[in-house]
Amino acid sequence: MTESLLSPLWISLATVFTATVITFFTGIAVARWMARYQGKMRNFIDGILILPLVLPPTVVGLALLMLFGKHGPIGQVLLWFGTTVVFSWPATVITATVVSFPLMYMNARGAFEQVDISIENAARTLGASEWRTFWSVTLPLAWPGVAAGAVMAFARAIGEFGATLMLAGYIPGKTATLPVAIYFAVQDGDMNQAMILVLIVLFIVFASLGALAYLKSKTYRIVAV
Amino acid sequence: MNSKYNKYLSIALLLVILLCIGCSAPAVTVNVSAASSLTDVLGEINALYTRANPNVTITANFAASGTLQQQIENGAPADVFISASPKQVDALQGKKLIVDNTRKDLLCNKVVLIVPADSTLGIKSFNDLTGDAVKKVSIGDPDSVPAGQYARDIFNEFGIMDALKSRLVLAGNVRQVLQYVESSNVDAGVVFLTDAKISKSVKVVADAPDDINKKVVYPVAVINTGKDRTAAFAYETFLFSDQAGAVFDKYGFTVIKK
Repeated sequence: MTESLLSPLWISLATVFTATVITFFTGIAVARWMARYQGKMRNFIDGILILPLVLPPTVVGLALLMLFGKHGPIGQVLLWFGTTVVFSWPATVITATVVSFPLMYMNARGAFEQVDISIENAARTLGASEWRTFWSVTLPLAWPGVAAGAVMAFARAIGEFGATLMLAGYIPGKTATLPVAIYFAVQDGDMNQAMILVLIVLFIVFASLGALAYLKSKTYRIVAV
Repeated sequence: MNSKYNKYLSIALLLVILLCIGCSAPAVTVNVSAASSLTDVLGEINALYTRANPNVTITANFAASGTLQQQIENGAPADVFISASPKQVDALQGKKLIVDNTRKDLLCNKVVLIVPADSTLGIKSFNDLTGDAVKKVSIGDPDSVPAGQYARDIFNEFGIMDALKSRLVLAGNVRQVLQYVESSNVDAGVVFLTDAKISKSVKVVADAPDDINKKVVYPVAVINTGKDRTAAFAYETFLFSDQAGAVFDKYGFTVIKK
């Protein structure tokens, strides 16, 4: 089955962009909450949130398949609405988000924990609301870590293969992301196609490493307290 | 003087021991690369062969025939190759990887259209696949999976390939197609009759046209990069025996009579 050569690129970009946006905001929100959460379940919740990073992608894929499949809890709800997520483009976003979330979360949380709480408190005593404190004080101070988290999430999302293949399947032109397309190009013996796609992936990865370096340079330094 | 004598004695002893080990029936390994559709039937046949030849270990490697062809071309250790279509063996022959005169046509199979056992979509023929109710159809990736090749041929013959293109979920091997249909995540799939037979969660709704089924041939051949050609050829000969034939029959394959 030949498809347009560049279709995996567009699919991957759309998938990863969407997934990174979702992961970015949810990761920051959850990380901010967990950074200050001192409850008893702390380690347990942390473990659950990091699980997709540690599990083999095929296990993640199987879990998602059981969740979203025709006989799974979320799958049944979706069926009631007349739609299904298995073997569709949204499935690529779901798997990319799930596997990249732990990276965003871990980096963001580490960054938030590094922010000196006395500086936040100073902002609060000066009358800033929680929201303002977060946006104007905490986030800028945590920015290098948060940005690093976003780039790592992006890189992980673009490389996602096992879970994506299981949940989204191989549908050229719809769910064939770059890694999936490379795998099937090799299986089909089309080495030229495979190499071109590999070069595209390398280009994207190097570009994101460049972005990471740039973002890290934009730190705020405390000049006076 | 004494230690020198001892040294020669130990070397001699070592040689004798090694000779003794070598003289007992040598352990032989035969690496068989076979199409996914043969997973269950060869499991049984290999067990029969090993029981009759206890010094032989059969290492079976099942995957799509295209994948196996890739592996062999790239130097994977394979002694015997059984493909679900002549195309892959032709390619290997072109690359001079097949031992002359060992290529033989072993089996025939039928291609069928299956749906989940509890399907209510009323699919009764290949043409029904173009109906609006059919959202997803799975076939093997035609470029590397024989069952997918045959499916594409069928769709082309019925003139429905264009209509189905956007609904196709391609699989890496025919057993994956079977699993997709079993799980009801697709509405229909194209597999071999022998694959449909081993599953209780699917039902066969249509047969491929005769002219397509006639093309379904499983050739077997000995690879010339293998280590032990005698053992490999002995295994290949066993596949044509009556004993093996009975097992192939049981699973629904048609053994090609000479």
